[in-house]
Amino acid sequence: MAARTAAYWPWDIVAAALMAPLPVALLVAPGPEGTPVQAIVSAVAALAAIALLLAGGRPPARPLRIVVAVLAAAGALAPLATLRDGALGAAGLTFLLYMLGYTVLLWRAFALLAMADMPRVVSRGLVAAAFGVALLWYWQVIVDWFLVPRALLPSPAAIGEALASETRLLWSDFQVTFFLSVLPGFAIGSLAGFLFALVVDGRPFLARGLLPLGSAFSAIPIVAVAPIMIMWFGSGPESKAAVVVLMTFFPMMVNTLGGLAIVDRMELDLMRSYGAGYWTRLLKLRLPTALPFIFNALKINATLAMIGAIVSEFFGSPLAGMGFRISAMIGRLNLEMVWATIAVAAVAGSLFYGLWALLERIFTFWHPSHRR
Amino acid sequence: MTTEATAGRRRGRQSGQLASVGTVLAGLVALWYLIAIPLNGAQLEDLFARIDPNRTFSFSERLTATWDNNRPMLPTPDLIAADFWDSATSTSVTNRRNILYHVGVTAGATALGFALGALLGVVLAIGLVHLRTLDASLMPWLIASQTIPILAIAPMLIAVLGNIGLTGLAPKAIISMYLCFFPVTVGMVKGLRAPDRLALDLMRTYSATRAQVLGKLRFPAAMPYLFASLKVGIALGLVGTMVAELSTGGQAGLGGRLLTASYNGDMIHMWTALVTSSLLAILLVYLVGRAERLFTAPAPAMQAG
Repeated sequence: MAARTAAYWPWDIVAAALMAPLPVALLVAPGPEGTPVQAIVSAVAALAAIALLLAGGRPPARPLRIVVAVLAAAGALAPLATLRDGALGAAGLTFLLYMLGYTVLLWRAFALLAMADMPRVVSRGLVAAAFGVALLWYWQVIVDWFLVPRALLPSPAAIGEALASETRLLWSDFQVTFFLSVLPGFAIGSLAGFLFALVVDGRPFLARGLLPLGSAFSAIPIVAVAPIMIMWFGSGPESKAAVVVLMTFFPMMVNTLGGLAIVDRMELDLMRSYGAGYWTRLLKLRLPTALPFIFNALKINATLAMIGAIVSEFFGSPLAGMGFRISAMIGRLNLEMVWATIAVAAVAGSLFYGLWALLERIFTFWHPSHRR
Repeated sequence: MTTEATAGRRRGRQSGQLASVGTVLAGLVALWYLIAIPLNGAQLEDLFARIDPNRTFSFSERLTATWDNNRPMLPTPDLIAADFWDSATSTSVTNRRNILYHVGVTAGATALGFALGALLGVVLAIGLVHLRTLDASLMPWLIASQTIPILAIAPMLIAVLGNIGLTGLAPKAIISMYLCFFPVTVGMVKGLRAPDRLALDLMRTYSATRAQVLGKLRFPAAMPYLFASLKVGIALGLVGTMVAELSTGGQAGLGGRLLTASYNGDMIHMWTALVTSSLLAILLVYLVGRAERLFTAPAPAMQAG
């Protein structure tokens, strides 16, 4: 363990050497608005964290570790504070070096976190969360640093502001898209696919003909029927729900058919020796066996339904809905709102998916894939 | 059991399958004609009143009128086929009125995006398998990205890329690329991790380097996973290209043709574009399947069985 830590030493020194010039430059040659004090303080804090690590030479004790982590995290504020007034002044090169050094530090922090003596779930979750925050941080720094125009890429802070100030509008868009298009379409399409599979299942000739076609259908760009559905059902949510029905039907049908087909010969024979009829066999043996496949289809459909509804709204819709908001705000070059809507769609999509993944855990707890 | 007998039985099973597929397809086409009757019948009274208000039309006249209609709600397959044939043969392939020109535009952007996305996905997967830190930090986000409607970003990306002067093929290929790349990465990581402990330990007893383990064990083991995700990827890539074409205001490509037809309220053209894009999707997935058979020749033991 000690040898492994020692191998990291040069990286600590590299990080410190790269980061040190920035606070010095800010002190010696302040920008036109004066020296941003927070920048210097936070940069020095990060350097102190590295110094503590170097002095120890091996992973420090737990209380000290928390101090090191807090100091190192404070170093993230330095670039943000330096860039707050826009001008880098004479600090340009030292700023670039600081960013490189902090990247080294971040990489090392992730590595330490990934092999920390914590439960695997906790450490993995922490690393993933930290990585997400780090991405947002780079995004913010790069937008501030290169003065990227808002019409090209708004900063996370600007998107956050849009999220906070337009909450009501975003919520009503979400309601229109989710409750009027996604949910009805998802329910009808999945149920129809399931029932159709049950009907087809009793007829092997049909099943053998439909399965290869089903996989061909899954390649078809079904969202492209959106303009046709709009002509048929009008520009309201019904046309979007119709697209979602078409998108979700085939995955459910194919998966249910596949799930019903995998039942074991022996188990069927056992059921027959009990004198079980078609319905008993279906309810007690074949459907439970097919359940993992059905949940797989529900998870696929959860994602497809969101895509179908949002993309169909691009083709024309009344004055609400997430897809409508995205295309309308692109027209006005209000990219903050576009990103805010995309963020809402992303969160809604993964929650909807997560719901089915959770239900899958509850209903197919016996499946080998859930064993620890 | 001789090999010929097995092969013969397999052929028999295949022809049975073909008969099933054929029957189902024929049934679907019949269903299509059947559905067209009520859908196109609604506007029939209008049509007949305009032709001759005083005449009563016979049943067969009504039936053929629902199937042969200039502005149908649901054009029948023969109308779509005729429109496709007319468009494909009346002008040269380089003409903008020719649907094959648009097929070429869409297929080109999809293929370029697919190639870039697959390459990026494989490279990233190799990194994820070998760098523990990258695996712990990036992989959860890649998996989560599968559950979000990424396609919603496409119109914005088109607008932004247009702002910095990228138009034509490039933005479409970029969108196609990022839609391909996610499933390829996730599938490839799974595939590169597919070799079991025993095989990896064997490689270690040979004192194989990481590159050798990758080239001789992990990569061959990942092939089925790679091609499964490539099939998903190329279908997604086509959807991405078409949505991108819609977002650029329908200049070219099948998506553009669909949008133009939708502006004109031309149902037959819309359906032709839709059916053509479906056939293109099936063709692309089929080509990936052919490539899979080329690259993963069955092992000798499997040939015998």
